[in-house]
Amino acid sequence: MQNSSPNSLTDKQAEELVRSNIGWMLAIAERLLGERALAEDAVQEAFISAFQGFEKFENRSTLKTWLHRITINAALMKLRKLKSLAEQPIDEYLPEFDKSECRLEAEWTHLASTDNIVANEESQARVHTAINTLPKDYRIVLLLRDIEGYSTGEVAQYLKLSESNVKVRLHRARAALKKLIEPLLRDEVF
Amino acid sequence: MKPQNNILRKLKGFMLRTMPNMITCREFEGFVVDYLDNELPEKQRSKFELHIRMCKECRQYLDAYQRTIEISRRACSSSDDAVPDDVPDDLVKAILKARKY
Repeated sequence: MQNSSPNSLTDKQAEELVRSNIGWMLAIAERLLGERALAEDAVQEAFISAFQGFEKFENRSTLKTWLHRITINAALMKLRKLKSLAEQPIDEYLPEFDKSECRLEAEWTHLASTDNIVANEESQARVHTAINTLPKDYRIVLLLRDIEGYSTGEVAQYLKLSESNVKVRLHRARAALKKLIEPLLRDEVF
Repeated sequence: MKPQNNILRKLKGFMLRTMPNMITCREFEGFVVDYLDNELPEKQRSKFELHIRMCKECRQYLDAYQRTIEISRRACSSSDDAVPDDVPDDLVKAILKARKY
C-alpha cells in the first residue's frame, strides 16, 4: 500500500486504508475536538486530503505518521472555524502562593502510582474527563505536546503561537490537570 | 494555618527572596517546563535544583506534576490501544464515496 500512487489505489485498497486507520484517527480527533460528531467530520476531511495528496507521500515518513499530521491539521482547522484560539480562564485550577511567594500546597502523604490509576477503568475515565474539562486553548497544547508527542516548536507552528506562549499554556494545562485529578493522585474517593 | 507555620512560611519566603542563588516558589513555577525538557541553562538549573532540595511543597508539587504527565500519557495511549472496532460503516462509506468526487 505504501508504494502505491493515489491513482493506483483500487477501491478495495482505499477501503482497507480507511478501515485500518480510521479508529485511531477518530480517537485523536475526538480528543482534540471533544465531540464525536465533529471528530467524524474532521476524519472525513482528513481522508479526503490524504487521497488528494497521496502522490506527495514519498515514504519519507511512515504512512501512520503522515496520516497523523493530516488528522491533526483537519481537527485544528475545524477547531479554528468553531472559535478562535483565544485564551479562556484557567485561573481557578492554577497553583496558589501566599504573600511571601511561598507555594500553598496541601501536604502529600501519598502519591498514587501510575500503574494503579491506568489499570482502573473508572480512574482512566476520570482522567479523560479532567482533560476534557480543561479550557480548549490549553487542552490542545497539552494533547499535542504530551499525548501526541510533538515538540514545542511543532506545536507553535500548528497553532501559530510563539514557543514561549506554548510553554506557558502547556505548564498551565499540566498544573490545572494535576489539580483536577488530585483526588485520584491522593487516592481519595471522588 | 497555625500562627507558628505562618511565621515559618514568612521566614522561608524572606530567605528565598533575599539569599543568593535562591528563587521563590512563584519563580520556580516559571522554570518547570524547561527543567523537565532539559532546556534550563546551567545557572537556572542549579537554582531550580537548590529550591527543590529546600522546599518540600515544591518538591512534592513537582512529583505530583510529573505523575500527572505520566498518567495522562498512559491513560490516552491505552485508550488508543482500545480503539473501537465499531467504526460506523456509514462513515466509511461516506469517505469512500467522497473520494470518487
